[in-house]
Amino acid sequence: MSLLDFARGPAMYWSLVIMVAGILLRLVGALLLRHSKMLSKPRSERTVWAGLRTIVRRSWLPATLGKRVMIQQVTGYVLHIGLFVVILLFVPHIEFFKGLIGLSWPGMPNELITLAAALSIGVMVFLLIRRMTDPVLRAISGFDDYFSWLVTFLPLVTGMMAFAHLGLRYETMLALHMLSVELLFIWLPFGKLMHMFLFIPSRAQEGAKFERRGVQA
Amino acid sequence: MAEEMTLGESLRRQGVSRRGFLKFCAATASLMALPPAMIPKIAEALEKARRPSVIWLSFQECTGCTESLTRSHSPTVEGLIFNQISLDYHHTLQAAAGDAAEHAREAAMRENDGKYLLVVDGSIPVKDNGAYSTIAGITNLQMLEETAKGAAAIIAVGTCAAYGGLPKANPNPTGAVSVSDIITDKPIINVPGCPPIPVVITGVLAHFLTFGAIPELDALGRPKAFFGTNIHDRCYRRPFYERGQFAASFDDDGAKKGWCLYKLGCKGPVTYNACATAKWNEGTSFPIESGHGCIGCSEPDFWDRGGFYQPLSQGTHASGAALGVAAAAGVALGAGAALLARGKHKQAEETKP
Repeated sequence: MSLLDFARGPAMYWSLVIMVAGILLRLVGALLLRHSKMLSKPRSERTVWAGLRTIVRRSWLPATLGKRVMIQQVTGYVLHIGLFVVILLFVPHIEFFKGLIGLSWPGMPNELITLAAALSIGVMVFLLIRRMTDPVLRAISGFDDYFSWLVTFLPLVTGMMAFAHLGLRYETMLALHMLSVELLFIWLPFGKLMHMFLFIPSRAQEGAKFERRGVQA
Repeated sequence: MAEEMTLGESLRRQGVSRRGFLKFCAATASLMALPPAMIPKIAEALEKARRPSVIWLSFQECTGCTESLTRSHSPTVEGLIFNQISLDYHHTLQAAAGDAAEHAREAAMRENDGKYLLVVDGSIPVKDNGAYSTIAGITNLQMLEETAKGAAAIIAVGTCAAYGGLPKANPNPTGAVSVSDIITDKPIINVPGCPPIPVVITGVLAHFLTFGAIPELDALGRPKAFFGTNIHDRCYRRPFYERGQFAASFDDDGAKKGWCLYKLGCKGPVTYNACATAKWNEGTSFPIESGHGCIGCSEPDFWDRGGFYQPLSQGTHASGAALGVAAAAGVALGAGAALLARGKHKQAEETKP
């Protein structure tokens, strides 16, 4: 069995099984946890609306934080939009999803995908340097932060190398790209990348709680 | 038997002009990425070359490789060169039958010991002592080992001989293997393809006759001159891939406009062969040009690498059902973990002073 056959076959199979099982384990596990009893009288009953509103409002930080977080906010948006374009709008990736879930959608020309991938790589390198040089960021960073960065960065780099026929032979680079994505699949439910699924319920829950307590945030 | 006539003399007898012969030499040099200065040397070497004795063994195969070579198109110089080699043994093409055929092979081996070229097409079954394919009561395995001993070099023609091919496909009921799985002490040139391109076979023969040595090979034993780049890199539909324009079915608008066949399972990006440059049928076209994606037939185990119509970026094992089971398991584990945590939480609350 060649490296590519391994990457397309058993490695993809098991990484997807682990990812799907892991994501649901964490989501269901968090959903069914015992919640603390609310003993105080609620100051507002519009908690559902407040939860939904917070999901949207937390997408842009308040002006009071001003320029201090602007770089992080803008680079964060560039990175996430770049990843969205590369992952969901590159035709071979769409074919991957089609094989998995049976759905497909229109893709974008490779030139735009390349641009998005290059921007994402640049931003990721910048954010890593910032994390390693800023004393505060460095102090609050641990293995999860660096490993999550690595498993996101590797698919971008190997994908670009395979696409541009750089480095090893195409089929080897394609296999390495797939294996790096499979590493991402395996790590996704168990590290900070799980924010992909948790950011919406956690924002909603916080918004609802604040509303109930009358917190203006 | 190999006659003492040179290849040049033999070709002239067949009515091949000097101009036609030089054109073939130039085409061969070009195909093999040799500098133009090599053309006179190829011509000189081929002119003087003695007709080499060639023994062609066909094992577990479909005769497609022989058909490809002999019925490719109207006679050309490469076809004539193939005719001019002293093909002393070939199941399909020889007139002799039975004992006489086997005697011809033995005589060619004896008379040209250490000098003859051995061409093999078809894989070799080794399960149950090779009982699944025999010729004149001799297993393919025995015949290959016996004939390879005195060969100067071996050319494994077709993917079956080069890598096991279709007979080796899962579950490989006959224990099919390639030539290089059995013979390890002789130079072996793999010319894979299902079937291989005729000009690649004659190009390899011409190289051997010109230089007396095998051409430079890649990691899979294929001549780099013909198998150095993948189909995708040489494909005339590549610009459509770059622009994100794909045919989604064999009769849609994209297919009619000649767009990229990636979505229809084309394996061009991971297949190394000369199809896109040498082409077939006198350079008329190749499978992608005819509207069908590459199936990767010159690569090992191409039959077991997922469906021919499955895009390369899709997994070969993952299925919706398996993911459904994984999801159910995840839900069960998550619920179990939460219930356990709830129990502990409740217990802690109850024991509070």
